[in-house]
Amino acid sequence: MLRVEHLQAGTLPPLTFEVAAGECLAIEGPSGAGKTLLLRAIADLDPAPGQVFLNGAERNEMPAPLWRRYVRYCAAEPAWWTDAPREAFKGAASGRAERLLHALGLDAAVLDRAVAALSTGERQRLALARALLDEPLVLLLDEPTAALDPQAAALVEELIKYQTLAGRSAILVSHDRGQIERLAHARLLLSKPETASVAAAAAP
Amino acid sequence: MSTIALTPLDLALAANLLAINAAISWGFGLRLERSIALAAARMVVQLALIGLVLKFIFAQTSPVWTLALVLVMAAAAGVEVVTRQHRRLKGWQALGLSSATLLFIGVAITSLGVGVIIGPEPWYAPRYVLPILGMVLGNAMTAMTLVLNTFCETLVRERAAIEARLALGAERREAVSGALRTSLRTGMTPILNSMATTGIVALPGMMTGQILAGADPLEAVKYQILIMFLIAAATALAAFFGGLGAMLLLTDKRHRLRLERLAAAA
Repeated sequence: MLRVEHLQAGTLPPLTFEVAAGECLAIEGPSGAGKTLLLRAIADLDPAPGQVFLNGAERNEMPAPLWRRYVRYCAAEPAWWTDAPREAFKGAASGRAERLLHALGLDAAVLDRAVAALSTGERQRLALARALLDEPLVLLLDEPTAALDPQAAALVEELIKYQTLAGRSAILVSHDRGQIERLAHARLLLSKPETASVAAAAAP
Repeated sequence: MSTIALTPLDLALAANLLAINAAISWGFGLRLERSIALAAARMVVQLALIGLVLKFIFAQTSPVWTLALVLVMAAAAGVEVVTRQHRRLKGWQALGLSSATLLFIGVAITSLGVGVIIGPEPWYAPRYVLPILGMVLGNAMTAMTLVLNTFCETLVRERAAIEARLALGAERREAVSGALRTSLRTGMTPILNSMATTGIVALPGMMTGQILAGADPLEAVKYQILIMFLIAAATALAAFFGGLGAMLLLTDKRHRLRLERLAAAA
């Protein structure tokens, strides 16, 4: 499904890996290792040398908005551009928003509450629902349960599992070992690129 | 037209008024004395120089000399726009773009005002072209500065929300539309306030100048009305092109936000 070739995100060394349809790849590593940068580079949100293929098509072969329509990045800290979340849920297939919110343990009424008045966990689950609304093919999930209580986290994990069972691919950044055990089919460990940056700093 | 000529002694007399500023600075320990002297000296020297330049150019009535000063004024306005930013756009593109845009707006609006509406003989008469260009450029420059400042600040502040929209598949124009609207509104509002209050709260400088020079107040008012319309159009154009240019410079063809092209906040 998704093939990454010599992708150079930020100060990370070039990376090559593949995520098959229905597979979840976990990315592990300490804070500052570049996990978020890698997800952003795959979503083409930052310029990064290298190639990324979706079912054989390179990202530059299609307009960026179309690429991100299929390869969906979901940030660790969700942001909103309207007072209430409703606006972001417009244009979805009827009933889909409600089903997603229900699966995440949210009432449809949250759509009309002020974003500022929602809890961090509600905002994070809403952002996941928003990202899944138009059924992207690859999910790039940056710590999707970081702000959640164990119950809500379990619902999110279940939803991610359903997504992969339905044939979608996921790349999951997580610090939760148990979660990685439960969801991931493969792992990628990023170490802090200290040696690389020291070498770069030493070079004239 | 009769004007009472001012002698250097008259100006020296007026310069003594700065003693008020100096006294306040000294009394409160503001340490503004040097700045006051420097600003006053700059003002006198710069105005004296532009007086000499204008006298020379008016005497030539040559399109080449007029054009030369037009280019200098537009370039200076472009430099002002870029250096007045709280977060500057890096690189020469921003400078070139703002100077070129201001030149285009200044020439287009001034040509319309002088060449078509006022219609002096010859059409490029520097006595009409240069003062009107100065007013048009000055206001366009302020509008562009406001738009760029607001737009860049909003992008930095709303970065997460804009990138969330991009990540969801929005095009760059859509993702920054909120920031663009806010900044355009900011850039286009001052001229509206100014049009709404002029004549009540403030007597515009050009009009008072003409009246002091002995013009019929009604004639001076007609010129002022014309100028206000020219300025309104110029600020709208400057706001539009400033916003559009900043959007294109701070995003790319892959619909990414490129805030690294902004220098750190001053």
